[in-house]
Amino acid sequence: MNVAIDLATLWAFIIALAVFIYVVMDGFDLGLGILFPLFPAKHDRDVITNTVAPVWDGNETWLVLGGGGLMAAFPLAYSILLPALYAPLIAMLVGLIFRGVAFEFRWRTRATRNLWDIAFAGGSWVAALAQGIALGAILQGVRVEGRHYAGGWWDWLTPFSILTGVSLVAGYALLGATWLILKTEGDLRDKAYRISWVLLFLMLLAIAAVSLWTPLLTIQYSDRWFRWPAIVLTAPVPLAVIGVTVLMMKNLAQKHDVWPFVLALALFFLSYAGLGISMYPYIVPQSITIWQAAAPERSQLIMLPGVLVLVPLILGYTAWAYWVFRGKVGHDAGYH
Amino acid sequence: MFGLDAVELARAQFAFTVTFHIIFPAFSIGLASYLAVLEALWLWTGRDVYLNVFNYWLKIFAIAFAMGVVSGIVMSYQFGTNWSVYSDKVGPVIGPLMAYEVLTAFFLEAGFLGVMLFGLKRVGPKLHFLATLMVAIGTLISAFWILSANSWMQTPAGYAVNADGQFVSVDWLKVIFNPSFPYRLVHMVLAAYLTTSLVVGAVGAWHLLRNPHLPGPRVMFSMAMWMAALVAPIQIFVGDQHGLNTLEHQPVKIMAMEGHFESHKDGAPLYLFGWPDQEKGELKWALGIPKFGSLILKHQIDAPMAGLDTVPRQDWPPVPITFWSFRIMVGLGLLMLALGLFSLWERWRGRLYINRGLHRFAIAMGPAGFIAVIAGWVTTETGRQPFTVYGLLRTADSVSPLAAPAVGTSLLAFIIVYFIIFAAGVLYILRLMAEPPHPGEPGPSTEQPVRTAGITPAAGVVQGAGS
Repeated sequence: MNVAIDLATLWAFIIALAVFIYVVMDGFDLGLGILFPLFPAKHDRDVITNTVAPVWDGNETWLVLGGGGLMAAFPLAYSILLPALYAPLIAMLVGLIFRGVAFEFRWRTRATRNLWDIAFAGGSWVAALAQGIALGAILQGVRVEGRHYAGGWWDWLTPFSILTGVSLVAGYALLGATWLILKTEGDLRDKAYRISWVLLFLMLLAIAAVSLWTPLLTIQYSDRWFRWPAIVLTAPVPLAVIGVTVLMMKNLAQKHDVWPFVLALALFFLSYAGLGISMYPYIVPQSITIWQAAAPERSQLIMLPGVLVLVPLILGYTAWAYWVFRGKVGHDAGYH
Repeated sequence: MFGLDAVELARAQFAFTVTFHIIFPAFSIGLASYLAVLEALWLWTGRDVYLNVFNYWLKIFAIAFAMGVVSGIVMSYQFGTNWSVYSDKVGPVIGPLMAYEVLTAFFLEAGFLGVMLFGLKRVGPKLHFLATLMVAIGTLISAFWILSANSWMQTPAGYAVNADGQFVSVDWLKVIFNPSFPYRLVHMVLAAYLTTSLVVGAVGAWHLLRNPHLPGPRVMFSMAMWMAALVAPIQIFVGDQHGLNTLEHQPVKIMAMEGHFESHKDGAPLYLFGWPDQEKGELKWALGIPKFGSLILKHQIDAPMAGLDTVPRQDWPPVPITFWSFRIMVGLGLLMLALGLFSLWERWRGRLYINRGLHRFAIAMGPAGFIAVIAGWVTTETGRQPFTVYGLLRTADSVSPLAAPAVGTSLLAFIIVYFIIFAAGVLYILRLMAEPPHPGEPGPSTEQPVRTAGITPAAGVVQGAGS
């Protein structure tokens, strides 16, 4: 029995890791799409899409691992959460479809390139908003009866889930803007600095609003964050956010290339850790724990060697691909 | 919505999205292997024509692959959104297979795709060939896992049922290598190779009709016709073996495929055509060869064969769809064999590049692989109804507790979106195909010389100067 408990916790950590890797990696891809309307010039847009063209596919694969892994390791949670999040997930999928094909299609046509640019930006906005809304909908809890979702198909829509949706859009945009600082030069990079300031401010606002609202949702969350002695463990999270913000402002002011992106990742990590603190050990908040949702031991065991051996290997060759395409993407690399 | 209930709408949605999706893997599995062969030939012989043809198909591969990826993500979430009860019950068995598909295949393809598409100048020919090889191997590993998962649903093995009503594995090797898996895997991979060779052959033939001396189209057409001539007969043999395996494990599916409503005590006929009437349980206007059904399926002319009259009505699959999709697949398979043999004959006579009739035949057969693949999948998936896990879990008991309008709306959204995407993608691919490969054909990367003439919009994705 002990083995099973440890396995469930381990798998919760693995799924959480896959989702986190997805969020930060596709986060900056989607962020670029979110920022697209701010860069109307064609050559800017070419450069922006080229910074991720060789890697976006791999980034999106983590979403498949998150979904597939959840089905494999916690099938009960998968079967309750996905119907509960029906509309936002369908919207996310449609958004990702347009965003993904636009990468290829915008190079294949001159006449309708603008349409695919709109599809790229619109798809990114919709996917980011839908992911944020889905997150909020999970946090506020879903109605469960027996082994089924028991709510309606609009239950996900609340002021709180709208807030988390907008927050994620702002966060992805910050990742995208700091990625541009890292990968571009000249006017484009200067503009990315200016945008990053605004987005940093928006993201802090979003973090503050979600952090203050979340404990009000249920007693469980507020106990987790504000009760002694738990507060010893939770207090460092907001303090670290403040520290990272100060560093970020310093680096933006000094026009550093790499650090703004790294620090934006750190902000995401801290926000994500905060979510983990709120939710653990529930996988469907307030109703299903990770142990209740866990797949039979044999199912979780068979996948363990795969994850332990293959994920480091995947991270290795993914890093190699990033290394191959390292450095700045210049305006003059094109032929137009 | 549309007068359908939630189960029917969920089925329609799955059928629509998976049919759309399978088109792209069916093409990209074969094309990835073809690209690896072309690059190997280029490295081996040093002849530029292979690199030109490689870059030509690489641009098409990029579009097809992207469409396969985005439509595939929909599949991996649809199990949860529309088939949540199925996911809860079957997830412990199917989930790990799909997780291994992601870990061993999807990441491999996606991780090396960037280098394959844009990295030739950056990593050099040898590392680039390794990337191409990894992508090709990734597509095959992906086929391995997803066909294992599908086959387990058709011929479940190595499982038990726990207290929560979930299927759990007792023996993973039996789960993975379940009885129908080897047949289905070989049949599908060969189908992908045939599909690709027919597309490549059609494009080659199209340009040979205009100019029989172009080196690129000659290479394409010759390689594609070798493939069709070699693989089509093997595929027909494998298909027959797959059918015998189905007869052993899913006899009701065979009854529907053959239109055998009635049992035959001493030899069943092979019906070539007819009109299955599900309500009345009879095959109208049947045209068949007496005793031939038993000969093919049991290899014995008088062998008795049970019909659907031995099966309770509620366990019948939809016979007309199964019956007709099977005939479409077989008919196209025979035409592929004819094309392969015709090309062999013309090759022997030294007329492979000049026989316009052969070229026109090859062009007409260009889409045949896709249609045959879809028809084959319709046969096997319709024929295993009304179950999701054959004989154990009914389709009606697998569906999410959703209201019909929710499922109907999402179905409508997918139909609209997929038609836009499909129309655009096919248009861009056909535009690329309308031009023959040129000397110095650029890849998707613009670091190579770019041709400015021609109707193809200048292709390519700019990338970092790296300096």
